[in-house]
Amino acid sequence: MLSQRFAQQTLRRLAVQQPAYRFVAPAAIATRNAFVSQRRLAATQHISEADASNEILAKQRLHRPVAPHLAIYRPQITWYLSALNRVTGVMLSGGLYAFGAAYLVAPYIGLHLESAVIAAAFAKWPAILQVLTKFFVAMPFTFHSFNGLRFLSWDTASLINNKQVNQTGWAVVGLSTVAAVALAFL
Amino acid sequence: MALRLATRRLALAQQAPKVFRRGMATPTASDTLAHTKGEPLSTISEATSASRAPIPPSKTTTIKEPETDPQAKIKTFHIYRWNPDEPTSKPKMQSYTLDLNKTGPMMLDALIRIKNEVDPTLTFRRSCREGICGSCAMNIDGVNTLACLCRIPTETAKESRIYPLPHTYVVKDLVPDLTQFYKQYKSIKPYLQRDTPPPDGRENRQSKADRRKLDGLYECILCACCSTSCPSYWWNSEEYLGPAVLLQSYRWIADSRDEKTAARKDALNNSMSLYRCHTILNCSRTCPKGLNPALAIAEIKKSMAFSS
Repeated sequence: MLSQRFAQQTLRRLAVQQPAYRFVAPAAIATRNAFVSQRRLAATQHISEADASNEILAKQRLHRPVAPHLAIYRPQITWYLSALNRVTGVMLSGGLYAFGAAYLVAPYIGLHLESAVIAAAFAKWPAILQVLTKFFVAMPFTFHSFNGLRFLSWDTASLINNKQVNQTGWAVVGLSTVAAVALAFL
Repeated sequence: MALRLATRRLALAQQAPKVFRRGMATPTASDTLAHTKGEPLSTISEATSASRAPIPPSKTTTIKEPETDPQAKIKTFHIYRWNPDEPTSKPKMQSYTLDLNKTGPMMLDALIRIKNEVDPTLTFRRSCREGICGSCAMNIDGVNTLACLCRIPTETAKESRIYPLPHTYVVKDLVPDLTQFYKQYKSIKPYLQRDTPPPDGRENRQSKADRRKLDGLYECILCACCSTSCPSYWWNSEEYLGPAVLLQSYRWIADSRDEKTAARKDALNNSMSLYRCHTILNCSRTCPKGLNPALAIAEIKKSMAFSS
């Protein structure tokens, strides 16, 4: 009885002492395992706190909707004129490039884009169509030019409070319309 | 015998029964951020920022004021709703009617009354109710403002529409995710940076004229109304700092006591941080505190142009 208990104790001690493993035979390791009753079946993996929180955020964001923006924001002279400024700029430069490229290849494809030819063709149009065409070509140009002056003044940090922005904005709309009409009837 | 038993146990431990296997601490690599590998931030934001249009109010129910009396001034509020507990459901516009005679004068009063008396699931941020905390910033009738400073328009024929701050990720209903906004604020180092101790060893003094330069800058409460009103910030919020953060940046650039002015300007000297401002000027127009972020940005641009 006593000797049995003694043997058991030694075995347990063997199992607990860590460095002893290096010297014992596989059989001894096996007996150790038989005595160790506490086992963890859960697998764990180390994740830093920052990674974990980022991961949660990223996962949530995949589902989160983006709040409505362009469609619901109130039309205001500030962002409408800014958008128009860009659109007219694209129209003007795009038109210039398109015409320039066409002019370059015109002799090879038998197209006549000389000023005299275009002027003669334009003169044959009805008057109302002439005026309308001129207006719609002149309007982007006058608007972009006058609005460009506003943008230049803002770069010097002047005329940039709410009241002045409103006033100059409507002034540009008025001026460019008047100028475009004048150019259309030229 | 013992050996066989042990090997069986070892095998058991390696292949734990399903009951004991724990899923929560072992994320698989494939479903986390695998799709983002090797892509710049902007492409991700483009892929995920397609704003889902909410279900229009005509297709949702209206939650009515409980009892009506003949003198009632009934006004309709359409409020953006989205519940993260049903992640696949579309955001919707929920309609509520309130008797303005029983409601306080401000939009926040209306929201609080809806939450208290009609629909407790409505979620929004609020704290000070007097325009100093910036919690209740939202888009009301198309303009970003603080709900607590925005009067309810008294004409009952016009219906009010309330959305979260535009082009923000929605956490729930009217609560936007401002993590990116705060990260950007942190990135400009919004504190006094000095290497030399004050000359009298007690405090960093400033002339009255220098102090006056900070007026109109230090009052900012960082409610994010201006940043989220800026179309440029909508499309480039990863890299462009946005009006609110640039106003704060200028607050430290303009401070005569700060000694890192050159470093602060240098940090902004790239194509995205500052120069994505195309002077659209929605920011100054919408600021509920009446500040002028556009002017601050123009001043930064001007000083950068003249200093370098």
